[in-house]
Amino acid sequence: MMSSVTRARLTALGLITPLMAFLLVFFVWPLATMMMASVTDGTVRGVLPQTATVLAQWDGVSPPNAEMSAALVTDLRMPVDSLAFGDAVRRLNSELSGFRSLMSRTASAAKGATEGQALDLVAIDPRWGDAKYWLAMKRAMPLYTDRYLLAAADLERDASGDVAALDANTSANRQIMLRTFLIAASVTLLCAAIGLPYALIAAATKGWVRAILLIAVLLPLWTSLLVRTAAWFILLQNEGLINDALKTIGLISEPLPLIFNRTGVIIAMTHVLLPFMVLPIYSGLLTIPENLMPAAASLGASRLKAFRYVLLPLALPGLMSGSLLVFMVALGYYITPALVGGANDQMISSVIAFFATGTANWGMAGALGLILLVVTTVLYLVYGRLSRSPTMVAT
Amino acid sequence: MSGQTSQTLRTAQIVFGIAVVFFLLAPIVAILPLAFNSSVFLNYPIESFSSRWFSELQSNATWRRSIVNSLVIGGGATLVATVLGTLAALGLRSSQLPFASAIRTTFLMPMVVPAVVLGVGMQMLYGRLGLANSYLGVIVAHAVLCIPFVLVSVSGSLNAMDPWLERAASSLGASPTRVFRRVTMPIIMPGMLTGAVFAFATSLDEVVLTLFVAGPNQRTLARQMFASIRENISPTVAAAAFLMIVGTLCIAGLVGFLRWRSQNALKPA
Repeated sequence: MMSSVTRARLTALGLITPLMAFLLVFFVWPLATMMMASVTDGTVRGVLPQTATVLAQWDGVSPPNAEMSAALVTDLRMPVDSLAFGDAVRRLNSELSGFRSLMSRTASAAKGATEGQALDLVAIDPRWGDAKYWLAMKRAMPLYTDRYLLAAADLERDASGDVAALDANTSANRQIMLRTFLIAASVTLLCAAIGLPYALIAAATKGWVRAILLIAVLLPLWTSLLVRTAAWFILLQNEGLINDALKTIGLISEPLPLIFNRTGVIIAMTHVLLPFMVLPIYSGLLTIPENLMPAAASLGASRLKAFRYVLLPLALPGLMSGSLLVFMVALGYYITPALVGGANDQMISSVIAFFATGTANWGMAGALGLILLVVTTVLYLVYGRLSRSPTMVAT
Repeated sequence: MSGQTSQTLRTAQIVFGIAVVFFLLAPIVAILPLAFNSSVFLNYPIESFSSRWFSELQSNATWRRSIVNSLVIGGGATLVATVLGTLAALGLRSSQLPFASAIRTTFLMPMVVPAVVLGVGMQMLYGRLGLANSYLGVIVAHAVLCIPFVLVSVSGSLNAMDPWLERAASSLGASPTRVFRRVTMPIIMPGMLTGAVFAFATSLDEVVLTLFVAGPNQRTLARQMFASIRENISPTVAAAAFLMIVGTLCIAGLVGFLRWRSQNALKPA
């Protein structure tokens, strides 16, 4: 006979299992797939499997041997997807330039030769006699690689296997991360600068004034993000309402550049994220007893003092949660920067999307995605702690 | 503090408050009239009143299809999310469940993980599972994002429920199924409906995952608006935005009504 505690526990487990299974397959698995893509590299292995096996046994010091040549010829004779082959050649070429011509010449020679006939690779191309081409191939073979993660930080492994900085012209990931951080931080600061006084005013008012102040925050939150971004897209144009209005009142004669640059992104993102700042501060302020400020005043505190020592510390937990929330969401923002931002001023999400859908470079998309995922998760865990123990922050 | 400074502070507060309300609402209000502008440019001034962009929305095959897609995918995602989310909320309520708070945090993660990151992972996985460019794939992807809203909303109404009601019912001899059907379910119904409405709104507004997992046949309204703003901005976008704003107001009204009703229902007689 089962005890009632065990039965209750089994019922509870049974109830959460469907969602657990669903999220495991459609949430955890995709994220794991992306993470795996950032540390695996099957481009060359997939096309040259036998060469991979043979090269794994080669010490890299002794001269290239016949076994390696035979494996390569066998692999090249196999029918392969030309796209995959192209990817593999490009990957090899990134290790050592020259592979493009070397591989195409060798592949056509291998395919043209009759079955079972031994081929002298050096005769096809003398470069096969040079160990450095085989070494480059060996370096491109391992299934697990740190090259994408290194490349995400603008680093690479040089020919000797040491970590070195990538050429500044070829990679700008650090700059993109710094830019993403700066944009998210600016938006957070702006939201705090507007949101804190606004929440204080809203909490100090009553009746219909408070209702209007709150509806003004909730209505945008309810409105489709796309609609809000479309609205800013229209307003910020050179011939848009803002520039027209400024011209009419004579503040400017030429339109201000507001769209397709950082100004536009920050304005639109602040608008979109402001409710996430106001609401936590406001709900924190609501818990403050109404007679606290009069009490401070009756004890002789000036209004400024009462604000500084009574109200502000109590608003602080909300401000902290709100800031974390805004910053966290802003880091991974895609739609608004993609539509309102400048082509050369994109945030990390756009770069990830570009690698994934534009160039099908899953390794780089995965590596940058992994970085964004880790940062967001850490911020979320901090946020969870803060919002659960608000008193800890206040003191 | 002198009366004059206090007066200045008050004026500053009023001006600031009005300015922020304007900043928050003006963009949304500004886009509405453009839906009725006869001009082919999505901009002011309004030339003359016209409903041509709404007819365009209805007659253009791409736009019409995207609206149908949004409703089908939104409906599917809402159904999946509401069923799974409600079950999980009921399970998480139990004090006998180990690691309940950690599990809840995990279940809420889809709300936090950047959509682009999840999208990249889903695109890779869907390629392998054969779900790429399918309705099922898009519905499932949207459901993942919708689940936290259902979970939060149903948990809220479960927390507000008096646990003695269920105990009283079972002590009077009702079977657990009967207790659920006749006591628990009616009480959490407003929470479930609110969650479902939130879920539908989330799916309706989803663009990023759709970009990664949907094919041209599964283009949703939001995805179509995104493409239209990016490629050839036409006033049809304003008409679509108008529909979405009106839809939002209806949904917000519905949620307000449900909240009001559930509060009334929980009030002791």
